[in-house]
Amino acid sequence: MDGELTRQTAADLAAAMAAGEVSAVEVTQAHLDRITAVDGSVKAFLHVAAERALAAARAVDEQRAAGAPLGPLAGVPVAHKDVFTTADMPTTCGSRILAGWQPPYDATVTRRLREAGMIILGKTNMDEFAMGSSTENSAFGPSHNPWDLDRVPGGSSGGSSAAVAAFEAPLGTGTDTGGSIRQPGAVCGIVGVKPTYGGSSRYGLVAFASSLDTPGPLARTVLDAALLHEAMSGHDPCDSTSLDAAVPPVVAAARQADVSGLRVGVVTELGGEGYQPGVMQRFTETVELLESLGAKIVELSCPHFAYALPAYYLIAPSEASSNLARFDAMRYGLRAGDDGVHSAEEVMSVTRAAGFGAEVKRRIMLGTYALSSGYYDAYYGKAQQVRTLVIRDFEAAFEQADVLVSPSTPTTAFRIGERVDDPMAMYLADLATIPSDLAGNAALSVPCGLAPEDGLPVGFQIMAPVLADDRMYRVGAAVEAALQRRWGHALIDEARGLDGAGR
Amino acid sequence: MTETVAAVAFDDAVSRYEPVFGLETHVELGTITKMFCGCPAAFGAEPNAAVCPVCLGLPGSLPVVNRRAVEYTIRIGLALNCTIATWCRFARKNYFYPDMPKDYQISQYDEPLCTDGYLDVAVAGTVVRVGIERVHMEEDTGKSHHMGGATGRIHGADYSLVDYNRAGIPLVEVVTKPVPGTGALAPEVARAYVTELRELLRALGVSDVRMEEGSLRCDVNLSLSPAGSGQWGKRTETKNVNSLRSVERAMRSEIERQAAILDAGGTVVQETRHFHEETGQTTPGRSKEEAQDYRYFPEPDLVPLAPEAAWVDGIRASLPELPAARRARLQAEWGLSDLDMAAVRNAGALDLVAATVAAGASPANARKWWLGELSRHANESGTELTHLPVTPDQVARVAELVSSGQLNDKLARAVLDGVLAGEGSPDEVVAARGLAVVSDEGALGVAVDEAIAANPDLAAKVRDGKVNVAAALVGVVMRATRGQADAAKVRELILAKLS
Repeated sequence: MDGELTRQTAADLAAAMAAGEVSAVEVTQAHLDRITAVDGSVKAFLHVAAERALAAARAVDEQRAAGAPLGPLAGVPVAHKDVFTTADMPTTCGSRILAGWQPPYDATVTRRLREAGMIILGKTNMDEFAMGSSTENSAFGPSHNPWDLDRVPGGSSGGSSAAVAAFEAPLGTGTDTGGSIRQPGAVCGIVGVKPTYGGSSRYGLVAFASSLDTPGPLARTVLDAALLHEAMSGHDPCDSTSLDAAVPPVVAAARQADVSGLRVGVVTELGGEGYQPGVMQRFTETVELLESLGAKIVELSCPHFAYALPAYYLIAPSEASSNLARFDAMRYGLRAGDDGVHSAEEVMSVTRAAGFGAEVKRRIMLGTYALSSGYYDAYYGKAQQVRTLVIRDFEAAFEQADVLVSPSTPTTAFRIGERVDDPMAMYLADLATIPSDLAGNAALSVPCGLAPEDGLPVGFQIMAPVLADDRMYRVGAAVEAALQRRWGHALIDEARGLDGAGR
Repeated sequence: MTETVAAVAFDDAVSRYEPVFGLETHVELGTITKMFCGCPAAFGAEPNAAVCPVCLGLPGSLPVVNRRAVEYTIRIGLALNCTIATWCRFARKNYFYPDMPKDYQISQYDEPLCTDGYLDVAVAGTVVRVGIERVHMEEDTGKSHHMGGATGRIHGADYSLVDYNRAGIPLVEVVTKPVPGTGALAPEVARAYVTELRELLRALGVSDVRMEEGSLRCDVNLSLSPAGSGQWGKRTETKNVNSLRSVERAMRSEIERQAAILDAGGTVVQETRHFHEETGQTTPGRSKEEAQDYRYFPEPDLVPLAPEAAWVDGIRASLPELPAARRARLQAEWGLSDLDMAAVRNAGALDLVAATVAAGASPANARKWWLGELSRHANESGTELTHLPVTPDQVARVAELVSSGQLNDKLARAVLDGVLAGEGSPDEVVAARGLAVVSDEGALGVAVDEAIAANPDLAAKVRDGKVNVAAALVGVVMRATRGQADAAKVRELILAKLS
């Protein structure tokens, strides 16, 4: 039974627990066992909280036995990205400068998981401070893609995506700033969702770029993603940028899975040159599939999307240069050079030099430059203007289409080490995901098959207007259901990277 | 070096150079909680006791704007005749410093909440309109304590401790426009402006404005140009000007210093300077600060601030009577000359006199006691009038006892002495010390008879019709009764007995 438990969806596990067929402790133990068996190969987790997880599971079982009202995901385990603060586990953000830091408070998302009765198995690996697309920027080493352990699981939420794809957890949390949920979801063959900006709280999410950071779910099915989406989301008075609006009915939409009459816009700028042929092939087939399901396909252009990537690489580093200033050795985290000779200022400098990795330093310097007096208008100011143009492109496109679609990433998972010396190649992994981050609208990546040339998963991106997150779940669920009917199984069942390690 | 140039005498300096000044005043708002979190903003907690993840800037924490702080800032803006922005933003001011939790300060930069107002101040009989450039909000930093050194300064200290209780306390910065054309009166106008601003802030109930606890701090910008040149010179910004007297002294000192540089054919260095209370002089600040690029950008953790018109209108309608209007009204009600009114204000007795009048005393009596006897006490004990242990109600009661003839002035002074000595209320002091005026004819008759018997010459003169001499006999009775006799009654009795 235990081996079976980890293969189940969150929805099925929740139903089995509600029906008394299995306990939360059993479900939790099964996943902890799976972590023990495979995480030496996957390296998805930075911290596994086995005892705490089991204690939380026991508490849920007791509440259930006592007849207490429980949420739809009570007792379901979750892999929690190490960017969210946790009062009972360290929070490192994949950085040496925060190694071992124990926050005194829970992030709002963490609190919501606990309140939903979910079992936090541990904290997952990530690119340092969420800067990267492969987890190779983690100070604690990369995670590995369960489809091929020599390949990256994407990033920055690569620890969570690898954990979910490796059946170490049915659900994972992530944060999306430039694609950091959808891209790892896509290259690991699972579902990754960036909700509308402000739909889920940033309180306790260690900031990379405040105007972009968005917490969201990773799951093996669209319905599971919707369940976690609802559990994580909602207005938070502790986050001024949190939207004071009802969470869109994403679970209902995921169950609806109907696209008849829906206008689906294909964005010409997000595809073609620079995209892997197998990726384009699967994407085109999926668009045809949607048409066969009754959707109306519209080709449309968003001309300013071409400038989204450079604008992003000015705005995000600018905000990061300020957000990461606080890591100064004075109050928490690493302190280097405090020998009674160095001044406080020197200790700050020595600590930051020792504590931050190369990519973080690169972005801090880039952002510091972009905000400098005399350069602000030409860089940060101009990038904000581009951002406005991208928003207008979306507004115009959403007049012609109910959702927009594109490949989630230009390529499938690349090999570990392949792009570490080429930041531009690494940045291009987020080419298709960045526009929705700049505009703050919702976007979802759902697996749409394997690229013929490498047999690796391809993600299909569905973008919806602000607070119309439910719309993309409808489309995503329809794609997922139609493809499963065609294949006769879920795509993730084809993942073979762990065949020698516990499968 | 310019620092060694001998200063020019102030009168000489202002006869040849025209000062232009501007003031930046930081005021701590008297909100219950901090600017961006729910921590108490009160003064005096144990170090690092009034802190939370937000004001400590812990990773992941986010600010939420204190609505009351915004309301207070709008109150200040309206009272200073400013335009209130319908839409504005906070900005981050980035620089590294150990007592700054996030290594940036949330402030406002090019989009302040209040702009373009003025405050009228009266100096030497004329009214000067000081333009207000802007009023904006920001958060305070923590406080560093340098330990182990001889001076308490960072230089030579063994280590430093940081107290973050102050971090996140709401501050408002009121920035004036440059004030030209005040000539030799510039230092007085500056002082009068800060005085008026302080009274205004108190009247608005937005701050208790205790300069000694640092809840109001000034930076003084000053430049000189040759009289009549019409061009403004290079300015300096003098920080650490933390009392009314210092505002005036710092300006005088800086005018003298800059005049000396210009006289010697030099150029004033545009720089930050520090005022020293002990010497009354300014010295250059760290030049490193000058090179600082704060990399301001809109605070992405906060949504823009867009105060609704109805809210602003409501605040406008709730503004109290402002100090200048109140002073004009009270002066008319009390029938005081400009000079007398100025004396009341300068003595810091305006509120006390007003409260005493409200408690039933006549304006003349209230003013007499506070500016006379009580001011003398305050001076002798080196305290403020407001800190004397006597209330306006008690002063009004003493005045009432005098008016009704139960006390005379001499006895009243003794009663106030008793009250100030902590012996209780005026009535309790009267009773305990037995200070009531004696007007009982039987008791007084005996004293009058004794006085007449002891002074036959004087008595004879009164009998002969020299009524003025009766005063001498009254004096004898008063001495005999240790001042407690009702003098009018005594005179009446003497004249009756000697007619």
